[in-house]
This record gives sequence, structure tokens and C-alpha cells, in this order.
Amino acid sequence: MRKSWWKILGVLLLVYTFIAGLLIEVPRNPQLQETIRNLFFHVCMWFGMMILFIVSFVRAIMYLRTNKHIHDIASRQYAGVGILFGVLGYMTGAIWMSYTWIDSNKSVFNSFDTIAREPKLIGAAIALLVYAAYLVLRDSIQDMDKRARISAVYNIFAFAMLFPSIWIIPRLLDSLHPGGSEGNPALDPGSASAKMRLVFYPAIAGWTLIGVWIATLKIRMKILYEQKLSQ
Amino acid sequence: MKKLIAVFALLLFMFFGNAQEVTMDDAMKDNGKIYVVIAVMLTILAGLVLYLVRLDRKISKLEKNK
Repeated sequence: MRKSWWKILGVLLLVYTFIAGLLIEVPRNPQLQETIRNLFFHVCMWFGMMILFIVSFVRAIMYLRTNKHIHDIASRQYAGVGILFGVLGYMTGAIWMSYTWIDSNKSVFNSFDTIAREPKLIGAAIALLVYAAYLVLRDSIQDMDKRARISAVYNIFAFAMLFPSIWIIPRLLDSLHPGGSEGNPALDPGSASAKMRLVFYPAIAGWTLIGVWIATLKIRMKILYEQKLSQ
Repeated sequence: MKKLIAVFALLLFMFFGNAQEVTMDDAMKDNGKIYVVIAVMLTILAGLVLYLVRLDRKISKLEKNK
């Protein structure tokens, strides 16, 4: 194992998240009830995704500046784990939504017409699809240098697309999701109590560190694989 | 006088109306079964972390071998 202190830190933070996340006092919100604890899991997936996409974006720029192949591999693997986190965030959001957003007078299926119009869902879907296209684009180019350069440029574009699709448009429109037109989701002082923050921030760090760990493993595997190919 | 009582009653109602508790499902916490859930979640986490550690070790060994 290499440089293991931050890996241990990530695991410890997650153990803390799992224990404290289920035991601390939460605000007694009539709509959310105990599901408010999903803040430590669902929301952290999106935070992890954003941080991993930022790393991927930085590595893409570093590739374009230095032309070193390692940055290209790193950029690809961080984006891959970021997409994994995003999909997990979307799935957990779908479960959470089916219990808190549905109109209690209608079935889940019949509530779907309002839920499908949620700007947050549409924005997140656009962002994830733009990143999915990154993987497709990459694999469609055979030449290694061309693939690295084109996908690095596309990565910068995909990162730029995160701004309107996640950070701007959904926050201007009304939504059932917290942080619609009234401000920032999760970081807004009204939506999480001070006590929940004591678990929330370590949870973000823990999940992100695990994501980084997985990404570094994939990078090292990819390097080994390419060395084997060139032998 | 009647008006005064009505106003007073309304104020009282507003005060206690705000203080009313939101009913939450506290059963899991009260009977301690929430610890069972925590145990299950920690076991899954431990399994996943162990998997990552073994993968990390294997990759390190491969890196050393060449």
C-alpha cells in the first residue's frame, strides 16, 4: 500500500459518518422526518462527484500544458469515478424522492408528472450525460495522442457545462428540491442544523477520499496495463 | 371582557401551537434496534474497505515485480 495515511483517514471519517449519522439529533421536520439523515449519504455523493470532476479537469489542463501521458490517464479515471458517484447520487435521490416528494393523494407513478419537471433532476441528468459522452468520445479514437488531446479539450467543455446545468439554472427555478430559488442546497443554514454539519462535512471528506482512493487504484492499474502492452 | 379572553386564548393557542412537537418515528432509537442497522452498515463498509486494501496490496506487488 502506498501513502496510506489519507486512506485511513477516509475510512475513519466514513465509520464516524455511519455511526454519528444515524445517532445524532436531527431537526424535527414534518416532511422529511428521519430521512433527513440521507444528507450524509445522498448529498455527499454529489459533493464527491464535483470534487472528482474538478480534479479530472485540472489533470486535463495539465495534460494539455505538458503532454505527459500520465495526466491523460489520471483525468480519465477521475472522471470515471466522478460519474460513478453521480449515478449513485441520482439513484439515492430517486429513492429519497419517492418517499418525500410524492403527492400523498396520488400513487408514485402518477406523481411522476410533477417530479419529472424538476430542474435539479434535468440539470443533473444533462451534466451526467455530457460526461458519459466524454467516455464514448474517448473510446472512439484509436490514435493515443489524438485521443488524449481531444478528450482533454472535451473534458474542459464538460466541466464548463457543470456551471449552467448544476450550479446556476436549477438554483434560479422553483423546485421541490432544497436550494431552488431560495439559495444553496445543503450549505444553506436553514436546511441543516449546526449539529448535522458536524457529521456532514466529515462525511463529504470521507466519501471523497474513498473516491480518490478508487481512482488512484484504477490509475495504477491502467499504467501497469499499458506497460505490459508496450513490452 | 369576552374580547380580551378571546384575544388571550388566541395568543395562548399561537404560543402552544408553535411549541407543538412534530411526530417522528422514534421507535428504532427508543428500543435500541438502530444499533443493529449501524452494525450492518459498518460490516458492509468494512467489507468494501477490505476489498480495496487487498486490491491496493496486489497492485503494489505487481508494481514491485517489474
